[in-house]
Amino acid sequence: MKSLNAQHSILADAHEQLEIIEHGQTGDFATTPFQRKLAESDLFPLKPFQVEIFQINIGKMCNQVCAHCHVDAGPDRKEIMTLQTMEQCLTVLQNNECLETIDLTGGAPEMNPNFRWFVEEIKKLNRHVMVRCNLTIILANKKYHDLPQFYKQHGIEIVASLPFYTKDRTDRQRGGGVFESSIKALQMLNEIGYGVDNSGLILNLVYNPAGAFFPPSQASLEAEYKKALMADYNIVFNNLFAITNLPVSRFLDYLIKSGNYETYMEKLVNAYNPVAAANVMCRNTISIGWDGYLYDCDFNQMLELKVNGRTTHIANFDIEALNNREIITGQHCYGCTAGSGSSCSGAVT
Amino acid sequence: MIDQHYYNAKDLAKFGNIAEFQKELGDKFFSYYGEVFKDSHLSSREKSLIALAVAHAVQCPYCIDAYSTDAFEKGWSEAQMMEAVHVAAAIRGGASLVHGVQMMNKVKGIAM
Repeated sequence: MKSLNAQHSILADAHEQLEIIEHGQTGDFATTPFQRKLAESDLFPLKPFQVEIFQINIGKMCNQVCAHCHVDAGPDRKEIMTLQTMEQCLTVLQNNECLETIDLTGGAPEMNPNFRWFVEEIKKLNRHVMVRCNLTIILANKKYHDLPQFYKQHGIEIVASLPFYTKDRTDRQRGGGVFESSIKALQMLNEIGYGVDNSGLILNLVYNPAGAFFPPSQASLEAEYKKALMADYNIVFNNLFAITNLPVSRFLDYLIKSGNYETYMEKLVNAYNPVAAANVMCRNTISIGWDGYLYDCDFNQMLELKVNGRTTHIANFDIEALNNREIITGQHCYGCTAGSGSSCSGAVT
Repeated sequence: MIDQHYYNAKDLAKFGNIAEFQKELGDKFFSYYGEVFKDSHLSSREKSLIALAVAHAVQCPYCIDAYSTDAFEKGWSEAQMMEAVHVAAAIRGGASLVHGVQMMNKVKGIAM
């Protein structure tokens, strides 16, 4: 399977995606504007609390081509963050102590050749670092086999994708053989203490629905995961993050091709929860693209919706301006406000 | 304008509107419904699979729509869901067949 970009799909174009998300495939699909819903909840315009989480996408290259990926990542994506942009990120971190948590994502962030150097430099600045690891990267090549030790050495929190505790659902979403490799990688992480009580080494898992449906209750699902992974594979972990799929990139492509687009969007709109809207992740997070541009979240990044205001690139980062900006929203944002809400750390209510 | 057919998938989303004509009973029903499906001695996940089987037994298209999604969301596999439907079918089939005993009793009572 190739990325939408390599297939020259029209959905590789962010503007085409936005057209569909706002007006439907034929231009006449109308759902309640997200901004109106926000206004009814006294949340429009949406403003940040304070930026605390610095989520850096260090490249779209990945060893997997997952069917739901909003980044359209894959082995054929060559966009990766340069050393110079990483240095600019480090300068910003040095000057802004309020940026307490650094969330590294991709693609597979580990495939950026400067990944380990970058992690080490961030740790020198005494910040909490999370890495979004797809697990299979650890086994993909000999040069990655020691990643668990590297993570342990630097006290990195691992946020690992495992869309289900069974092979069938996982492989349907992430490709054949992914479940088996993911289980092996989790066992390697457990062996050195990750996910083990009182080890101080945090291993969180991420659930994404493998289809056009919503996540169930995060707490119930976490209990199911813990029971099944322990019984079948003797695996332990800390928390499960249940994340709703947003109609962006490959998941949008899937919704359209499977005839689920309008039903899914209506379901998202009908499930709007004002409490979730008040706690969306863009209120305390800034997303940095591989090329250094700034976005309200990873989804806005993929839709090429840069932050409002004069500070749109890491080179002219201004925390005050960002803390006072108006967050850019659209119909895709219903994905973060449906039901219990959704963020990079799972449910928000 | 009334649709010229009895079932419309979009009506499922209007289920809550039944309280419009009788609010007190509607509210009581939905309150009860919500309580029934909460985690308790049975988990909400287990209840979802039971609901799926019952939906097939009563052949309610709205319930089948709702609980096919709900059960799949809650992690039941296709095979598990089909086994639940077979349970409904077996009970329905058994319900007919067990009345065969009544038929046999009657026939044995009147036959020489």
